[in-house]
Amino acid sequence: MSEKPADWTTGTEAIVYQSCAACGTLQYFRRSFCVACGAPDLVEKRASGQGTVYATSLVCRAATPETRAHVPYNLVLVDTIEGFRMMAHGDHELAIGDKVTAHFAPFAGRLVPYFEKVK
Amino acid sequence: MSFITGVGLTAYGKHDGSSSLDLMSQAAQLAISDAGLKRGEIDGVLCGYSTVSPHIMLATVFAEHFGIKPAYAHAVQVGGATGLAMTMLAHHLVEAGIVRHVLVVSGENRLTGQSRDASILALAQVGHPDYEVPLGPTIPAYYGLVASRYMHEYSVTQEDLAEFAVLMRTHALTHPGAQFHDAITVADVMASKPVAMPLKLLDCCPVSDGGAAFVISRERTGAAGVRVRGCAQAHTHQHVTAAPALSELGAEISIARAKQASGVAISDVRYAAVYDSFTITLAMLLEDLGLAGRGEAAARVRSGHFGRDGAMPLNTHGGLLSYGHCGVGGAMAHLVETHLQMTGRAGARQVRDASVALLHGDGGVLSSHVSMFLERVR
Repeated sequence: MSEKPADWTTGTEAIVYQSCAACGTLQYFRRSFCVACGAPDLVEKRASGQGTVYATSLVCRAATPETRAHVPYNLVLVDTIEGFRMMAHGDHELAIGDKVTAHFAPFAGRLVPYFEKVK
Repeated sequence: MSFITGVGLTAYGKHDGSSSLDLMSQAAQLAISDAGLKRGEIDGVLCGYSTVSPHIMLATVFAEHFGIKPAYAHAVQVGGATGLAMTMLAHHLVEAGIVRHVLVVSGENRLTGQSRDASILALAQVGHPDYEVPLGPTIPAYYGLVASRYMHEYSVTQEDLAEFAVLMRTHALTHPGAQFHDAITVADVMASKPVAMPLKLLDCCPVSDGGAAFVISRERTGAAGVRVRGCAQAHTHQHVTAAPALSELGAEISIARAKQASGVAISDVRYAAVYDSFTITLAMLLEDLGLAGRGEAAARVRSGHFGRDGAMPLNTHGGLLSYGHCGVGGAMAHLVETHLQMTGRAGARQVRDASVALLHGDGGVLSSHVSMFLERVR
């Protein structure tokens, strides 16, 4: 379980989470064990990119030249339909409760998940 | 039993040319003198951290610099909750008979010792290195996210949050050591530059230089007795992505444990010292602690409840928002002010009755909490 996941954190256009084979708990932050029961048997799953906006903050003051080039950018927390919460970017118009879907966008030399409202 | 026998606090703002160790030393000497002790009588040292001068053994670096050889010393790191976490540990250390007089000290030249960008960047690293930091968050953004959700669930407005900035500034106007001495209005807060919406510049605490220290002793060293009645912690998560629901945050857990440990009820409290890194932090914590009903804290500010002459005076020195925030020392100023109020030494800021005080600190993104009750004994 220690190898790097093929997801957006390593440059692949995917959102990946883990599901515990023993107790069914889902986790987004990658670990080699289940955070609920400690079991080592985790199944890697690819998320659909569908979810609901939980919180938003439009960042207008950034701290590095790379991120400053993007201001303002909207930071969002999204509750995915699979059942885990994740941080990402999103359209500036997003409101809490909006149904959203993810694509991927360049940000400060990386690829990051970017949510927009389901039409 | 433990007593806070001495307190020391520098002015916050710019201290050009002062290092973190200089600011720690200044505050430490003030606190030891206030306790009526000689520095050689200090047998325990707990210190915070300095983002400007990180060190793996800051407590012994400080002890050597200051000229003491304690029997017990180490640093503590719990973000903004560090000051109260150190006080809690000192309380238990003296109660257990390990040491007699613990110096709790912190200081940092965070404003003049590094660029604002460097401060913002260093602090943003409390985010998850793989799943949050690559998205370009800042501390205001983490709290901006929390603010958006809290405002949504409890119908709190940006104007409501602005009231807390105005209150803290009003209090700072009467403290000569505060970083800011210009009065502000709700309109000023609303018109200030956007930082991480819904938080604007005046919703955010500043970056400051400063130092703060206290001495926690097994017995009182003077006539005034300020006793630690009871304290507790709660740690529910580190990263905002992993935070529980708003109704399950750590402040409610730690205050319940502190009430249990002390036998003190909120109705006994006469003075409050609550962490206020952002206006939303203060609003949420006041409501989590039971000092206001859900969504009602701003109305209580407007009615004067938290003013110097109100029923529950709050952060009468001006808090992090207007006295200033130099890292660990930032929230330690809350305890210094509480001690001055409890011992009748707050001068023009003196409240009528500060016989029982509630202090609360928050580290990370509402991640780590320490609640503490202090009581004046005659």
